[in-house]
Amino acid sequence: MIAALGRGFIALLRDSGGIFIFFIKAFLNTFTRPVRFRLFLKHIEFIGVKSWLVVSLTALFSGMVTAYQVSHALIKFGGQSVLGGVVALTLTREVGPVLTAIVVVARAGSAITAEIASMKITEQIDALRIMAVNPIQYLITPRLWAAVVALPLLTAMADFIGIAGGYVVATFILGIDPGILFSRMKEMVELMDVLSGIFKSMFFGIFIISVCTYKGFTTTGGAEGVGRATTQAVVISSVGVLIADYILTTLFF
Amino acid sequence: MVKIINLKKKFGNFVVLDGVNLEIKENSLTFIMGQSGAGKSVLLKHIVGLLKPDSGEIWFEDKNIVKLSEKELQKIRRKIGFLFQEGALFDSMTVEENVAFPLKEHLKLKKKDVEKKVEELLSAVNLLDARKKYPSELSGGMKKRAALARTLALNPKVVLFDEPTTGLDPILQHTILELIADLKEKYNLTCIIISHDLPLALKFADEIAFLYQGKIIETGPPEEILKSSHPFIKRFVETALINDKGGEL
Repeated sequence: MIAALGRGFIALLRDSGGIFIFFIKAFLNTFTRPVRFRLFLKHIEFIGVKSWLVVSLTALFSGMVTAYQVSHALIKFGGQSVLGGVVALTLTREVGPVLTAIVVVARAGSAITAEIASMKITEQIDALRIMAVNPIQYLITPRLWAAVVALPLLTAMADFIGIAGGYVVATFILGIDPGILFSRMKEMVELMDVLSGIFKSMFFGIFIISVCTYKGFTTTGGAEGVGRATTQAVVISSVGVLIADYILTTLFF
Repeated sequence: MVKIINLKKKFGNFVVLDGVNLEIKENSLTFIMGQSGAGKSVLLKHIVGLLKPDSGEIWFEDKNIVKLSEKELQKIRRKIGFLFQEGALFDSMTVEENVAFPLKEHLKLKKKDVEKKVEELLSAVNLLDARKKYPSELSGGMKKRAALARTLALNPKVVLFDEPTTGLDPILQHTILELIADLKEKYNLTCIIISHDLPLALKFADEIAFLYQGKIIETGPPEEILKSSHPFIKRFVETALINDKGGEL
């Protein structure tokens, strides 16, 4: 039991170190030629554009259910007028960035790990090296920057749609006056609240891509290895986003 | 052209290469032979710097590639082609995109010139008709030919082949080897082929090197290999030729 825990801890340390070094390498390769702008745009499309519908649906229903639940609590204190502000704060500071990150892990992160892992086991990554192409610069760096751009944009969209969902529930179902809703929202939500979520989402983007590409890149074995790497990448990214969210919130936001 | 001196490599406690010495002559077609699991592919991956040895030297032109950094290796690799056993074609790209990839990466050619070069390479491997296909739509032989076209795109001086005939029927095995021999003459290549197919080696090789228990135990032209007195080679030759003649020597 203790030996198993120890092995798990060593594996955790090894993975953490590996992921961090991998990120540093990918980041430093930003400054090497050629600049892979087309790949960067292609990955923005994959990570960002193709995730918008799932992120929108998730944000819409999260906003709606948050409004509903919060209103129940606020009714007890007669403070329903602050509902808009509470919903907006919850979404911009926490729910928007975290849910967007989790959706991106599930939709794009898993696919990225599977693709890179499959390239690894079929020697396509070695083929890149043989052709004198740096695989980290070709495969990882453009994805890293694509996530840094796409995650904040998706988060901003999730914030907007989530608040819209909350607005629909608040005004049409709970009967709160839209004027009061918006005026309290304007009073309670500051620019920094929105920006804190956006900054967090940038960090989540870096974290997700580092984990998912590292797990793909270090895959061993055949098809089973690809499956194992993908599962590990999704688990580490999802749990890591939640842990990082707590740490970032307590330290900076 | 390529000189390997006392190359050693262990994986854990398992000794794969135990002091390999080998010299590959320029513009020759050399077969490296041995049993499955003898370390032939490991040796090949060392020559192109995909694996680092525990000790020893590998000289390509005037450089010991063992000492080179990944960045310096990249310059050398443009002169060395490597044909992977399964081709290692990029499965997200069509055949022509695969062949165009190294050209676009390293040569500042115009789109028209890239297309022209791709056409020339694909016609050299008789694969023009499959240019728009994806690797998943190709047969084993076609994959190898497409990978060969991609390997030749940057005009390498040396091409390494990791079991280019494995998994192919006997007619296709001959076709691939004939193609390699033709391309060797056409592009002035030095070819190193990993194989355990002795009849093919006897027909096509200029030199044959035998890898056994981590060492090269014999090197020479095919006729000399047939006369070797080494017990392992004698057994290998006898068994291979019996199999080739359907059980009769």
